[in-house]
Amino acid sequence: MPQHDVLVIGAGLAGQRAALAAAEGGASVAIISKVHPVRSHSNAAQGGINAALDPQDTWESHAFDTVKGSDYLGDQDAIEIMCREAPEELLELEHWGVTFHRNEEGRLGKRAFGGASAARTYYVADITGQAILHVLYEQLMKHEEVYRYEEWFTTALVQDDDGRIAGAVTRNIRDGALELFSARAVILATGGNGQICDPTTNALICTGDGIAMAYRVGAPLMDMEMIQYHPTTLAGLGLLITEGARGEGAQLYNAQGERFMEKYAPNKMELASRDVVSRAEQTEINEGRGFPDGTVALDVTVVPRKRIHEALREIVNVGRDFAGVDITKEPIHIKPGNHYVMGGVRTDIHGQTSIPGLYAAGECACVSVHGGNRLGANSLLDTLVFGRRSGAHAAHAIKGLPSPHPSRESLLREQEMIQEIISRDRTGRRVSEIKAELGATMDKYVAVFRDKDGLNTALEIVRRLKEEAQTVAVDDRGSVFNQDVLGALELQFMLDNAEAVVVSAIERKESRGAQFRTDFPSRNDEEWLKHINLTRNGGADPEVSYSEVTMTRWEPEERKY
Amino acid sequence: MADYKLKLRRFDPESGNAAYWADFDVELPPERSVLDGILQVKDREDASIGIRCSCRAAICGSCGVRINGKSALACNTRIGDAAERGRDGVITVEPMGNMPVIKDLITDMEAVHWKKIRRVVPWLLPKEEAPEGREYIVPAEAMLDVTQAMACIQCGACVSACLSMEVDPEFIGPAALAKAYRFVGDPRDGAHEERLADLAADEHGMYDCTHCFACIEVCPKEVAPMSQIMRLRRKATGDYGIKDDNNGYGHEKAFVGLIEKYGTLHEAQLLPRSFGQGSLIRGQTEPKAVKQLVESLPTGVRGLRTGKITPRKALLHPKLPDQKQVRRIFKEIHSHDERLELNLYIVGENPADEEGATAEGSQES
Repeated sequence: MPQHDVLVIGAGLAGQRAALAAAEGGASVAIISKVHPVRSHSNAAQGGINAALDPQDTWESHAFDTVKGSDYLGDQDAIEIMCREAPEELLELEHWGVTFHRNEEGRLGKRAFGGASAARTYYVADITGQAILHVLYEQLMKHEEVYRYEEWFTTALVQDDDGRIAGAVTRNIRDGALELFSARAVILATGGNGQICDPTTNALICTGDGIAMAYRVGAPLMDMEMIQYHPTTLAGLGLLITEGARGEGAQLYNAQGERFMEKYAPNKMELASRDVVSRAEQTEINEGRGFPDGTVALDVTVVPRKRIHEALREIVNVGRDFAGVDITKEPIHIKPGNHYVMGGVRTDIHGQTSIPGLYAAGECACVSVHGGNRLGANSLLDTLVFGRRSGAHAAHAIKGLPSPHPSRESLLREQEMIQEIISRDRTGRRVSEIKAELGATMDKYVAVFRDKDGLNTALEIVRRLKEEAQTVAVDDRGSVFNQDVLGALELQFMLDNAEAVVVSAIERKESRGAQFRTDFPSRNDEEWLKHINLTRNGGADPEVSYSEVTMTRWEPEERKY
Repeated sequence: MADYKLKLRRFDPESGNAAYWADFDVELPPERSVLDGILQVKDREDASIGIRCSCRAAICGSCGVRINGKSALACNTRIGDAAERGRDGVITVEPMGNMPVIKDLITDMEAVHWKKIRRVVPWLLPKEEAPEGREYIVPAEAMLDVTQAMACIQCGACVSACLSMEVDPEFIGPAALAKAYRFVGDPRDGAHEERLADLAADEHGMYDCTHCFACIEVCPKEVAPMSQIMRLRRKATGDYGIKDDNNGYGHEKAFVGLIEKYGTLHEAQLLPRSFGQGSLIRGQTEPKAVKQLVESLPTGVRGLRTGKITPRKALLHPKLPDQKQVRRIFKEIHSHDERLELNLYIVGENPADEEGATAEGSQES
């Protein structure tokens, strides 16, 4: 049985940052990931990372922008911490070797981003997430003392008899062997759940594994209804065009050639916060002013050619390879697309969940710093600051703790469960069929605009799919790289995520941030300035409870851009 | 929508059987990817087909395969294009080359690719202690320059296509050497000379590249690994004068010197000059080079036998008629104090496009 002090599950930015911090804190650390760490979806963060590093800027300004962006649902103590620690975190990355863009003086250069009152987004062309991810992995290779379990798939968390976390059950994808890992602390850093929706900007691996695993052991999920639709994604495929494009000056037009953001956000225009821009686009499309393929146009040609080459190369490639459009010469058709879940496993400012010894960081967690709507370039920051804080806290907290005793029963239970999937008759639906129906359902009923009837329909479908997933058929009966059986497990994780999203969306009877209810079109601070928490309740419907939004210095105001 | 035929290389390590081809039909619009085709087969017919994939957007680097024999990412190869290039319209998909196959289209990248990456000490060795409360101050161009190497997604397509590695599996290879340039080109790194000396001295190091361009051709991110290798070489010889036992230094000096003198390559002089310091005929070759020259003799004999080398050509190499033009190019290059290293992030793909582009810098506030 592999034994480590701290077990990090997931090796994107949050996971790698947590592992490095825990190792620095003196703990023996292992990091487990179902894909090789550099394949993690943090790669896809193109635009940059926010920090009030410029002496002209202040962390308070960054924090206020974040609070306002969150539609006042973000917890202000956590937001203050994130924004205050941002410059130091950014400099740490630079010192490790991230090749951040420089200005003429050789100092860090920055670009404008949505919902921000100052240009404070630091970047590496439009491959910022990729550059940071690969540099963190460089550091991980350097720290040989951190054990890396690459291409291991975690199926369940394991607790001691007293409820404290004791480890996890993990399948070595390479040979199919199931292992029980013992750990004094487990940090979940498994990313988001975008695959519950189709299309999505999210990678195929973003199936909400950690969110579901935490939920299954009793950790509350918070703000799960808050799903961000990114304003600029390719129709059909859902691939991302960075907000950095608009940060560099790109403009949005409807099919009539109108720069429609003038109507919705006369001051910030295209750089209003994402929920505002996505709603504006969807309104134009719904009211017949979009293109026949259900899109509006993003015009990048107004950005100087030199700037495109040095700062937006990746989206030139995306346009060319995936849409057949040269964005330096013509506008590209885009629409709002599923992009990010603000909600997740509820944690405190140290990343601790309600399960002793269990932490969560990054997109799978909800601290909450993003509230109802995340600002662009705050996600990388969130992963790094709270990844580090989780790792450091865990390394400290486990000192003096007795050895955990994860029971072998949990291993046997998982083994039987997987064996049953592999050996069952192929009479049920295919994994891909259920997944496709889930994705289409979420896209139809739980997207930019929602209402009671649609959400209830979605809940009915999701619950039926949960039943069907119990007997899903798999083709692959082998041990080596059996991706089919992993797909069946991911499907169950996704369905738990989807149910939580829909139940929360039904519960919140107002419009705030990314949740817009056409049947409750206004924000209602009196009744709904609070977090919705869901806790698993055996096989029955999830238990709904509420928690206060932490306010430190910013009272809710009307939100205008 | 169109119908396509996919021929997938399959291998089940648990079956005890050899690898085999399996044919599938898929239906997709031509602009969708080969990966979409494979996923359609997995979704509809056989979910046991193994392929790593995740982002579908050529950023995670998971789905490196060989399509119609050519290394590529399945997700950014259009299925319509692949069908046009395939024999009889059939698209063949095989696992990447130069790496062991684990199952179907999945290769063991750890055993080859990552081992080689770790060989080049793939982390920053800072030149100086990190400054307190601020970033390292470095030229903007230097950061743009290494960004091309940083754009590498470690997909392994270049490793798969590398012809040198086919001959010498120990060759450090294009991906790892591009990774090395990411540090050697980074002004914050303090071990440039040590890194270069190490890669020059290793007989499987940077002089093992034969300039075949395969890695440049297949790289989905335009990292141009071979160009990064050439930069390593230019820095090693030009900036640090690193003389190595692999004769990389001598070879480059001899090559450039001969071109400057004759305009075309005087092949008979290349070997002696590479190994030694001067002309073979005038007896300027150093004794230590004689052994290597003798070892190269069979190559010369083969050349003579096939008529590729004739005594006349070998001894009397004609200068180009307009050799002055070549000299002028050399003069122009020598007149610059600094070597100009231009990459995609600076000039774009097609420098001719630049007309009309404004020289505006970054829009700082």
